[in-house]
Amino acid sequence: MRGPRTLSSPARIASYVIVTIFTLFAAYPILRVRAISLRPGDRLLDKSLAVIPPDATLNTYVRLFLEEPFLRWLGNSIIVSAAVTLFGVALAATAGYGFSRYKFRGRDTAMIGLITTQMFPLTMLLLPLFIVLIKLKAYDSYFALIIAYSATALPFIVWQMKGYYDTIPYSLEEAAAIDGCSQIGIFWRIVLPLAAPALVITALFSFMTAWSEYLVAAVLIQDQNLFTLPLGLKMFQSNMEVSWGLYSAGAVVVSIPVVALFLFLSRWLVSGLTLGSVKG
Amino acid sequence: MAVGIGERRDNRLAYVYTMPALMIMALVIVYPFIYNIILSLSNMNLTHFRDWRLIGPGNFWTVLTDTTMNLKLLGIEVPDFWYFFVKTILWTVINVFFHVTIGVFLAIILNKDLKGKTFFRTLLILPWAVPQYITALTWRGMFNSEYGAISIILDRFLGLQVPWLTTEWGAFTACLITNIWLGFPFMMIIALGGLQSIPDELYEAADIDGASWYQKLKNITIPLLKPVMIPAITLGIIWTFNNFNVVWLVSNGGEPSDKTHILVSWVYKVGFTYFRTGYAAAFSMIIFAILLVFSWNFIKRTQATQAVY
Repeated sequence: MRGPRTLSSPARIASYVIVTIFTLFAAYPILRVRAISLRPGDRLLDKSLAVIPPDATLNTYVRLFLEEPFLRWLGNSIIVSAAVTLFGVALAATAGYGFSRYKFRGRDTAMIGLITTQMFPLTMLLLPLFIVLIKLKAYDSYFALIIAYSATALPFIVWQMKGYYDTIPYSLEEAAAIDGCSQIGIFWRIVLPLAAPALVITALFSFMTAWSEYLVAAVLIQDQNLFTLPLGLKMFQSNMEVSWGLYSAGAVVVSIPVVALFLFLSRWLVSGLTLGSVKG
Repeated sequence: MAVGIGERRDNRLAYVYTMPALMIMALVIVYPFIYNIILSLSNMNLTHFRDWRLIGPGNFWTVLTDTTMNLKLLGIEVPDFWYFFVKTILWTVINVFFHVTIGVFLAIILNKDLKGKTFFRTLLILPWAVPQYITALTWRGMFNSEYGAISIILDRFLGLQVPWLTTEWGAFTACLITNIWLGFPFMMIIALGGLQSIPDELYEAADIDGASWYQKLKNITIPLLKPVMIPAITLGIIWTFNNFNVVWLVSNGGEPSDKTHILVSWVYKVGFTYFRTGYAAAFSMIIFAILLVFSWNFIKRTQATQAVY
């Protein structure tokens, strides 16, 4: 007997055709950017649709790294993203644990407050922050960006860490307590190592928030020496006639590590969500 | 018997764990939130930046009735707010509709025993993995009327010249296409997770009863996917309503002539380009109220329907 997942031949062919069309749709813009980044400088405005230009060259990449302030933007982005990640993981790991394991005054209010922040339009926090930062003269600094990004990332990652701690059996902690482990020791030596997968996701999420953010940076940073990657690439892009190649090369360099990491983790993405739905 | 969560004696530790995060959040979320309320009642703008004062709730009325932009919907002049409100609703509904339809459709196919489905799944997730600003800037390049890939393809194979970025609805469509591209993989993955948890026996039983594929879709797949998809759709609606990366970057800040906006991107422009601070603060409050009321009702209603299953 045929299993329910088996397809008849016409349905199989139709499925392949459909999936292939959508895969091309998903991959084309990426192929396109890569093709443009490989073009020689004098042929940027060519109307060719070739996926690999006939006279492909890496010149644009060399120019990007040596003649443009790309490395400076990369450095700025790394400093800000690393700070937000450290900050985010430390705060979410502790706060999530508190919310998961203790009942205390104000707990429910705080939890609902965390969800509510997800409905804030960006401008509702950015506008007041912008004015406060101007008054503190902290405008145009790493500090401004780190504060703003932490504010956007924190509610979600605290919530997520709490959800993961909820799945760790409490009996483990009781056993450790009977063996004479202190409460802090239980958290540090028993629970935290078990929560490693969630910590990785939290770190990834905090990092991505800071690494890929444009709109907040565009408001808080004017000094070109402090430009992060998104601001730099946008500058190339708005000057398309001249810098289309530079933009494309930059886009490829910035995307590769993120995309690789994401695809590497995608296996867990599917299985993680499956687990959730079985229980739900 | 296990002691339940929260039955520990020493609650002081709870504050030790949560205080650092809560204090930071009070500083960077609660404080700005209250400050925003004050700003929304003030006359702060470019000419009154230092010497601003409270003027009461007038900004809220101005937001709802202001016609500075002379915007027309179906030939009728409407206040700016309502014009962008309609665009935001269209933006949200069309996006989420396509995200869910394409996502579920592909998930159903990928859930069959196709050769190479891991390969296809990996490539189909790509739009989710690429940073959003890069997606948006790249698509803006592809919509360029002379050198953009889309314009070249349409012109060469169909002889069509579409004024993507230079007309009111062309630019809006360009933003929509871009955002549909980057949003469907999320729904696909969620749906795939849901499908994998539906037991094969249900379909086998339906086959024995001679059910058609449509009956199986309607009576097994969709009802069993619903509990997984509803929270994802709720989140999707809130994110799409509030997310203006794509609108802002594809239309280069609202081109042509500040028509290509959704509510949030318009406030961003008003607040940070035109510096009508009090007005923008009141506008933000109204957007927040809309989302709060929507989410509250939506969650209540869907919880009611979920109880049926």
